[in-house]
Amino acid sequence: MSTEIAARVRNEEWKASLTSESTLVRWTLIAIALGYLTLFLFVPLAAVFSEALKKGLAGYFASFQDPDTLAAIRLTFIAASLAVPLNLMFGVAAAWAIAKFEFVGKQILITLIDIPLAVSPVISGLIYVLLFGAQGWVGPWLAEHDIKIIFALPGIVLATTFVTVPFIARELIPLMQSQGREEEEAALTLGASGWQTFIRVTLPNIKWSLLYGVILCNARAMGEFGAVSVVSGHIRGLTNTLPLHVEILYNEYNAVGAFAVASLLTLLAIVTLVVKTVIERKSAPSRATQDAEWRMQPGSPS
Amino acid sequence: MEDAARESIVSIQVDHVTKRFGTFTVLDDVTLHVQTGELIALLGPSGCGKTTLLRILAGLERPDHGRILLHGDEVTERRITDRRVGFVFQHYALFRHMTVTENVAFGLSVLPHAQRPSPGQIRKKVHDLLSLVQLQAMADRYPNQLSGGQRQRVALARALAVEPKMLLLDEPFGALDTKVRKELRRWLRRLHDELHITSILVTHDQEEALEAADRIVVLNQGHVEQIGTPDEVYENAATPFVYQFLGDVNVFHGRIAQNETVPKETHRQPPAERDSSDEHEVTFVRPHDLELSRSRTTTTQLEATVRLIIIAGSRVRLELMSKDSSQIISVELTKERYRELRLQQGDIVFVHPKQLHVFKMPGPSSM
Repeated sequence: MSTEIAARVRNEEWKASLTSESTLVRWTLIAIALGYLTLFLFVPLAAVFSEALKKGLAGYFASFQDPDTLAAIRLTFIAASLAVPLNLMFGVAAAWAIAKFEFVGKQILITLIDIPLAVSPVISGLIYVLLFGAQGWVGPWLAEHDIKIIFALPGIVLATTFVTVPFIARELIPLMQSQGREEEEAALTLGASGWQTFIRVTLPNIKWSLLYGVILCNARAMGEFGAVSVVSGHIRGLTNTLPLHVEILYNEYNAVGAFAVASLLTLLAIVTLVVKTVIERKSAPSRATQDAEWRMQPGSPS
Repeated sequence: MEDAARESIVSIQVDHVTKRFGTFTVLDDVTLHVQTGELIALLGPSGCGKTTLLRILAGLERPDHGRILLHGDEVTERRITDRRVGFVFQHYALFRHMTVTENVAFGLSVLPHAQRPSPGQIRKKVHDLLSLVQLQAMADRYPNQLSGGQRQRVALARALAVEPKMLLLDEPFGALDTKVRKELRRWLRRLHDELHITSILVTHDQEEALEAADRIVVLNQGHVEQIGTPDEVYENAATPFVYQFLGDVNVFHGRIAQNETVPKETHRQPPAERDSSDEHEVTFVRPHDLELSRSRTTTTQLEATVRLIIIAGSRVRLELMSKDSSQIISVELTKERYRELRLQQGDIVFVHPKQLHVFKMPGPSSM
């Protein structure tokens, strides 16, 4: 038994020796990668927490007693809780349309979805100022009817939504395209309505990718700075989101406060990455079996 | 008598159906009647429109012109859900996140509350269907834990669960290997004899169509070439296309004078010369309808050289080269006859057809 294992290990080593670079090259590459990550990721990450905890835990938690900070946290959650569901609905609808139907302008729609990724967030914010601002196209009309968009919650939600449009749709489109239409067609011929088909066939097939998209979308929505900065007006306690609040605190030389709030966003990023890993692990077996399915299809015994 | 009465009822009527994708005409004025309880094969090469016709019947596509009638009711504008057809897809289209049981029960579980059977009834029905397709042991497996043949049987059970008025099968065995395909084909035929559900089987495999179907509809480039029983289309092909599509064939180009009567087909020499009149005749002979002899017995025999011998199971295929025209002739012999003749590569043999078919083709001989 043990000799068998030893033989197998030798065999693996032999195979590795055939296919990989020399030890020196390998260790050099690993060292470069690790050094790069340390310099650009781990050190800043550690700096955030060390700065935040400079005045001890008491100082750290005192930063969250500030009503303006609490207001910023609340506003960030409200903006994300509106932007994410909006993009969830849009993303599923767009991916469904693109993956399952042929229509004129499909390619244009795919390109449009990517625009927020290509455009600088500041420009995205400026577009809304141009549209709804006091000097903007519909600004005077809005002022007449006493509707506030710019420098208010609606503007922040609009900017956040715009910037996070691609995340869910882009996650779903390739998956739904690869899954094709046959299962839906089968459900329809079995008498299911369109809604039943969606709930019982389409949704279970895309659930992990959908969740993944929602998490990415949420992380971006909470962390968005540029676009929101342009439309928010930086009114303390009213239109400041977490990232904007960090900047204000920092500019006021309140380093502990700034980094304490920043640590919140950092924690959010870490939680996002953990959840993402868990989801990938969850959906990986089903992806692997999908591959197996493809391999099995032609010529498998009955 | 009762059987005859039942069989005369037309259950599917395709009435002058035309379908275009862009400028490409997929179906060109197709008319077709299917009787209740029949198993019809739609046979044709890929791109002939057979799958499109099936999808139109199911309601997955709309015809540009023409009507579809099921049991006398026009359903052209009716939605898929209301047509009560069972559809079996080439790649199974099983719901991958559901077990075999859940897959089969799907059609029953989406029924409106008032019509939906109780969970107990559904369980019993699923159990019955799984024993019908011999998959009781697989009830709790997921589709990706089944082989291709098993998956297709689950797909069939799933389609049958909603008690469809007709069953549409889109190349159901196309993705399976030859042995499983043959087994399933025979099994499908037996199942059909048991259930008598009106079925349409789309296939590009002539063997499958000949073996499984009551009648065959041969489609080519969007129009019907011939409709008939397997024996009719095989023995009395209406067009050269049907003759060539339904099996290997030797084609001899040549002409015979107008009004000339062929006293006995077996004695006519397959003419091998070319000519350039405006109408020419083409002679079709199946490889197994050619008889070989070692020596010349009649003047009409064709002299040829054996170029290749392929022994494939119980049959032996020969490739001969005609002495006059250098045309390649393929011949199929039984092993017995092959042994009798003691043939070897390079031997001179004399060929004469036991049975042949002559078609008039427009235009001068081109091949």
